[in-house]
Amino acid sequence: MFSGFMVNAWIVATMVAVVAGIVGFFTVLRGSAFVAHAVPQAGFAGAAGASLIGVSTLAGLGTFAVISALSIGFLGKRGRHDAVTALALVFMLGLGALFLSWSEEYASAIYALLFGEVLGVSANQVLATAVLGVVCIAAVVILYRPLLLTSVVPEVAEARGVRAHRMEMCFLVVVALVTTMSVPVVGALLMFSLMVGAPGAARSFAAKPLSALSLSVGISVTVVWIAIAASYETDWPVGFFVGVLGAVFFIAGRGWVAWRRSGAGRVDSAGHLATRPVQLASATGMSGEPT
Amino acid sequence: MTTVGAILNGIFEPGFFTSGPVRVALVVGGAVSLVSAVVGVFTVVRGQSFAGHSLGDLGTTGGSGAFLVGANPLWGFVTFAIIGAGAMELFGARRPRGRDMATGIVLGAGLGIAALFLYLGTTESNTTGATITILFGSIFVIHASMIPVFALLSGLALAIVGLLYRPLLLSAVSQDIASARGVPVRAVGILYLLAMAVAVSLSCVTIGAILSTAVLIGPAAAALRMTKRPGLAIAWAAVIGLAVTWLGILLAYDSYYWPPAGRGWPVSFFVVALILVVYLLADLASREKARRAGAQGVASRKFPTGTAGRTQPSLPPVLGAE
Repeated sequence: MFSGFMVNAWIVATMVAVVAGIVGFFTVLRGSAFVAHAVPQAGFAGAAGASLIGVSTLAGLGTFAVISALSIGFLGKRGRHDAVTALALVFMLGLGALFLSWSEEYASAIYALLFGEVLGVSANQVLATAVLGVVCIAAVVILYRPLLLTSVVPEVAEARGVRAHRMEMCFLVVVALVTTMSVPVVGALLMFSLMVGAPGAARSFAAKPLSALSLSVGISVTVVWIAIAASYETDWPVGFFVGVLGAVFFIAGRGWVAWRRSGAGRVDSAGHLATRPVQLASATGMSGEPT
Repeated sequence: MTTVGAILNGIFEPGFFTSGPVRVALVVGGAVSLVSAVVGVFTVVRGQSFAGHSLGDLGTTGGSGAFLVGANPLWGFVTFAIIGAGAMELFGARRPRGRDMATGIVLGAGLGIAALFLYLGTTESNTTGATITILFGSIFVIHASMIPVFALLSGLALAIVGLLYRPLLLSAVSQDIASARGVPVRAVGILYLLAMAVAVSLSCVTIGAILSTAVLIGPAAAALRMTKRPGLAIAWAAVIGLAVTWLGILLAYDSYYWPPAGRGWPVSFFVVALILVVYLLADLASREKARRAGAQGVASRKFPTGTAGRTQPSLPPVLGAE
């Protein structure tokens, strides 16, 4: 399980899990799960197009992911954000269907792009994943405070002069980069499960942003490791284990919250991040009245 | 007369109206997009596009499961979409962001299970083409014998939406006002999810997961850029949905000899491209109208920027005047 080609799989999957845990935390906080679902699928269309004209899949994927993320941000500025995301998603998928109808590669290639091929990762892919991963983490570290503020207490962020829309655009580009690094390895569908499941569970267990963020990374890595081991043993797709384990952790988190509530009888001991602006405000260096 | 005939022949490639599959595609595709467009107006107003899309993907999971056990895919689609809707409602908090996350979790689990079903299905029967058909659907392979079932389920979805017309809109605008007026907000929400699950799984099984979301959200979103009155928006959405679907089928039929592959472009591409064009035009028109209406119009049209979850639907004037 730890020899030969499996080594690359473990390395890449761990990197993807760490980045997904971090970026996913903000995705859940901002209520952008739909975007996190749409952008990877748009990247899938780009990859299909790239394979058609014979350029690097990664380039096609990255281009389409960034274009779709930016157009969602641009069109979503006015008009319904979720409806615009849906439109961008279906247009990109339609484009992907068109490219696929032109190309000779068929079912197996699509299957790999949608569901990933973590067990067949090359050394080149390891390097590309590492570089993109570092860029994403650096972006999140730099934008940490304003990103957190606009996510949790947008009114306060606005009052302090943080440009909400510019922040949104930055965040969307980060999501696009994460997509580019992860889709060739773990697939469009699995990446999404990872970015929502682990942070969603983490939020139930920890209230402070930094501890929830660390927990999110921890759960994400755990899920991926268990999934790879299980996939290696059973030969079933990795995506199945990641998706189901994400949901299991999330349900466990919900159960924990319910138990804390009923057991201790103290409602606020089991808080959600979004419902506790006071704590977050102080954690982000804010003093005074929370809104 | 001959020139008219030549032009018509150019637009409608010979055999368009006499081909059996095309006729079924026109009838079923048209009906499905009509139902989806009507249901979709509420989806967009209520900010449930993500749920609408997810139900389609969950239906796809059911479809692949049905394929695996050899059952009729339609029941797989409907069953899984309804289970998914129930799970979303169970996990979903009242707040939009909680709902967003719950939808995401259910969708993630569903996609994982779909991966397993497809894996088992393809390794056991070795028909990889099934993956493609299930994911992308094919409007040209609908069996005419299924039409009565489609009609029945479409009627069910429309009936739920029709009966709940007012409470649905009211609770979309403000849950507090709705519950103050005695609307059982939660029950209305569940019933609506149910109607959406039925409509979406119907469109998924006939026209595929991509087009399902496209005809659910696209025409409705465009219509709501054109008018704020719910009744009018529903009418517009129905017209747009029908038009883009039929035009898409026509173009796909005509594209049979187009380069580069010489085997026809996919219907889904044409439909989504048309929908995007219509939406962008509607958006442009509404922006122009807002600009002309002056600063006040702009202010009233401006939605909160930022995150998806925070976006509030604008108040339909019909309800405000009540």
